[in-house]
Amino acid sequence: MPTSTATRPSDDLTRDDRLELYYFARLTRDIEERLAVLYRQNKVVGGLYRSLGQEGESVASAYALAEDDAVAALIRNLGSLIVQGIRPRAVFTQYMAKGTSPTRGRDLNLHFSHIPDAGGPIVVGPISMLGDLVPVMAGVGLGARMRGRALVAMTYIGDGGTSTGAFHEGMNFAAVQKLPLVVIAEDNKYAYSTPVSQQMALARIDQRAEAYGIPHEMVDGNDMLAVYDASRRAVERARHGDGPSLVGVDTMRMRGHAEHDDMRYMSKPLLDAWKARDPIARYHAHLVETEIATETDLAEIDAMSRAYAEAEADLAEAEPPPEPDTVAAGVFAGDHFQPTVEIVYSPFREKRGTPRHAPASEAGS
Amino acid sequence: MAEMTYLEAIRQGLAEEMARDERVYAIGEDIGAYGGAFKVTEGLLERFGAERVIGTPISETAIIGAAIGSAYLGMRPVAELQFIDFVACCFNILTNFAAKSRYRWGAGVPMVVRGPCGGGVSGGPFHSANPEAHFLHTPGLKIVEPSTAYDAKGLIKAAIRDDDPVLFLEHKFLYRRVKDEVPDADYVVPIGQAVVRRPGDDVTVVTFGAMTYTALEAAEQLAQRDVEVEVIDLRTLSPLDHETVLQSVAKTNKVVVLHEAQRTGGIGAEIAAAITERGFEHLDAPPVRLASLDTPVPYNPGLEAAFRPGVEQIVAAVGQLVEY
Repeated sequence: MPTSTATRPSDDLTRDDRLELYYFARLTRDIEERLAVLYRQNKVVGGLYRSLGQEGESVASAYALAEDDAVAALIRNLGSLIVQGIRPRAVFTQYMAKGTSPTRGRDLNLHFSHIPDAGGPIVVGPISMLGDLVPVMAGVGLGARMRGRALVAMTYIGDGGTSTGAFHEGMNFAAVQKLPLVVIAEDNKYAYSTPVSQQMALARIDQRAEAYGIPHEMVDGNDMLAVYDASRRAVERARHGDGPSLVGVDTMRMRGHAEHDDMRYMSKPLLDAWKARDPIARYHAHLVETEIATETDLAEIDAMSRAYAEAEADLAEAEPPPEPDTVAAGVFAGDHFQPTVEIVYSPFREKRGTPRHAPASEAGS
Repeated sequence: MAEMTYLEAIRQGLAEEMARDERVYAIGEDIGAYGGAFKVTEGLLERFGAERVIGTPISETAIIGAAIGSAYLGMRPVAELQFIDFVACCFNILTNFAAKSRYRWGAGVPMVVRGPCGGGVSGGPFHSANPEAHFLHTPGLKIVEPSTAYDAKGLIKAAIRDDDPVLFLEHKFLYRRVKDEVPDADYVVPIGQAVVRRPGDDVTVVTFGAMTYTALEAAEQLAQRDVEVEVIDLRTLSPLDHETVLQSVAKTNKVVVLHEAQRTGGIGAEIAAAITERGFEHLDAPPVRLASLDTPVPYNPGLEAAFRPGVEQIVAAVGQLVEY
């Protein structure tokens, strides 16, 4: 049941907001491209899971959250973490299993959390068993309500993940309890090598929500503003106590499951068709066509993003590995293992000086 | 001091913690108006309201997931599994999400997962489990199982105040059959401490839960034959209190490890191995394991009695050790 609104939430985005969206998507791709180089150099300890072609939906959906909201990203949602202010260096140190990584070398890629006691963005990391983040983030919403915090919890699920029991249990519980949860369901066409047709007999991934009485809509996942609009509507419903929503995004995983995957099961014409719909290129063209930015403006952002990604990678590369004698610490409380993740603001946020989606009275003050 | 049942002690401990700390709340199936399948949470809804006594769909993974997420936000959830057998339904989120969270990220999950375990009530294959061995092998989880009302109250309070996930096993055979003195004043029974229930010099019996009473009954019979059995009630199953066990074995030099769960890969194997490794020079005989048969738990009372270890087997095993 798509929600109809007379105006699009994205109408309220300022020029700087729109450029910030572009910057976040660009930075996400630049970080991953730098990671691909590190992977080929054998400096990434485990696998590399690219979000190529999906950067736009990760960034645009998370951008609908307020800064202090909670997000739980999957391995292909680097963009969501970048929007929430996770410093890129943390991601590089995770992939390279450094001793100063958010998990001190204990877990990989985006498997980390940032849960401050009060204030600041909340990030809950995934486990490899898909689906569990839905009930866990429902619980974050429940905990927030009990603590009197008007917080929204957002998480992601792929077409494969929507087949798990945990997804269904979490969705149903969130619906029954009317929890402030937003689920972004990504139809990126493959779960490892399994096509969506072998995953569900539904025409659209967002129809999964129908069974729970959860409002849902399907958007073009490679149209950043469309994703933002749908996500923003869902976030507002959650914030106002109207319960969970699901946003289905139609997108494409442009690489294999991980870099080792030869993608033999993917058709070339399909990939070519989706390449023409690249979310960052489309958004770039939109910004130029609508005269929000010039090619020169965007080239400057591109250069800034690339330089930042490379500088952060270099910093991470110089970090030490964990000390082997730390291996047994921190299974239980009392071992004093409390990693910290640095939260950073984008240049656009610095310039704006106010939190994202601040009430009008605060904005511009 | 007031005399109360094991079940009332758990309820009182939970209610006192909810009154003491507004972050503590209860979540589970049928725990509200109905008061839970065994009535452990009876009266809590009326006292604390639906915000803090949350009835859920039949979704164990959602229950544990909700508990984990809310714990990240500073809450102290007490999740009820209607029968502990149903922990199998949420094994993944409990062992992979909750138990590994602190080690991976430093994010603790102060959560209690409680539920009725154990047999002796013709519960059949799906309402009689003693699942401790599955979770003994899960770093990051603590496991407790009280045998008295005093310990039930003291341990539920300790579990709720603990900063890590605790699996709280309530032996359903004891719910209304065991009654003892419980202090009025606030107290906790620390996690990780076993207790000697009956002192003796001849043979040590290490056990816990309802089997504690079976062991005490056997000890009573053996005393009439001038065999003095020392009965140790572990109370906490993870982390194990090896010191108390080893001290006893150093004195008696002979040991029976007794539990109600199936024998192969059971907690008794771990305890016997630890005694052998760390107390070999004290042993005058091989440690003996007494446990249930390696079958599902059968329904018929006669079959179940044949499945589980009883007083007779304990008396026989101790007798053989004395003769060894």
